[in-house]
Amino acid sequence: MLEYVGKIRDIARRLLSENKVDVVIGFRQGTIPMMSEPAVVSRPEDVDELYWDYNCGINLTNYLTKRTDRIGVVAKGCDSRNIVTHIVENQIKREQLYIIGVPCHGMIDRSRILAALDGQEPTAVVVNDTEIVVTGPGFERKFNRQEYLQNNCATCIHRNPVVYDELVAEKVEEQKLDDRYADVKKIEAMSPDEKWAFFDKILAPCLRCYACRNACPLCYCPTCFVDESRPQWLGKSIDPTDVRTFHFLRAYHCAGRCTDCGACERACPVNIPVRLLTKKLNMDVEDLYGFEPGMVPDVRPPLDVYRPDDPGGFIK
Amino acid sequence: MMKGLLEYMGTEPGRLHFSWISSAESTKFVEVANTVAEEVKALGPAKHFIKEKAEVA
Repeated sequence: MLEYVGKIRDIARRLLSENKVDVVIGFRQGTIPMMSEPAVVSRPEDVDELYWDYNCGINLTNYLTKRTDRIGVVAKGCDSRNIVTHIVENQIKREQLYIIGVPCHGMIDRSRILAALDGQEPTAVVVNDTEIVVTGPGFERKFNRQEYLQNNCATCIHRNPVVYDELVAEKVEEQKLDDRYADVKKIEAMSPDEKWAFFDKILAPCLRCYACRNACPLCYCPTCFVDESRPQWLGKSIDPTDVRTFHFLRAYHCAGRCTDCGACERACPVNIPVRLLTKKLNMDVEDLYGFEPGMVPDVRPPLDVYRPDDPGGFIK
Repeated sequence: MMKGLLEYMGTEPGRLHFSWISSAESTKFVEVANTVAEEVKALGPAKHFIKEKAEVA
């Protein structure tokens, strides 16, 4: 993946010096390992800030919403699908964008690696084709890369960007998976009481920090329903009922729009697998409407349109 | 899909019902209301989405 860095910088330098775009949005290295952060570059002399590695899991589409300038944006498979969603939902115009497509190998799961280190502080993390080598004061640990991919990357079937103006490398081979929804089906097989208890348990640590919402490229409403006070849609406390209502509604607002980019789960400070909810909706949208969000530029999401043949089995 | 997600999160099937009844369909209204009442009674009192303590505003 490191070979992408030079290519991204070259393209960004060219775009900025030829005045094709006003800014380039990409990633730069963070101040601590495994924390690459978004960067907005507007001068050709600053492009060497840009970087690419296995920690670029943040969805850059979040930084495009309602911008009015011309933007070069670095996009993985999932980012590109969210860009499509943004275009469909009138949050940005295609003409404003120069999409630098990045065929993605999957991002590594920082939280699981940190958990495995059990409190040891990593100072350097190097990822090669098969391994993640983590070093720190007095220790070196190796992890299998495929096993420590972010969960959504391990079940991803759209690693290559769906829209782009230029690719930084050859497309990568897409994964062939037996069942992307095994975790969802496992929960579906439980009894209602077990399901309730299961979600009580996974939602218990939620602090209502809304990091999942803020990281999500779909959550661009000027005022989110959780912040509304007239009317107040739901309680603002960490009462289990309020927490559950929040997670239920947050997920439902993403129905038919979510690309499973994993930004929400990555952002969660208490490691709640919030994707279990959006994934269930993704599965249902696929089953009921045969729709995958962000794949075609001019089709509105299924819950946004009425068709006479919409499934209505739930109506008596 | 909303019903699907609610049931996925542990709401009992049969707790939530949807129907489309015209103002002219009085018999259908009675039928549906009766089935809903029966099915919900069979499930017993709701255990979920209830706050036990009053929320302090």
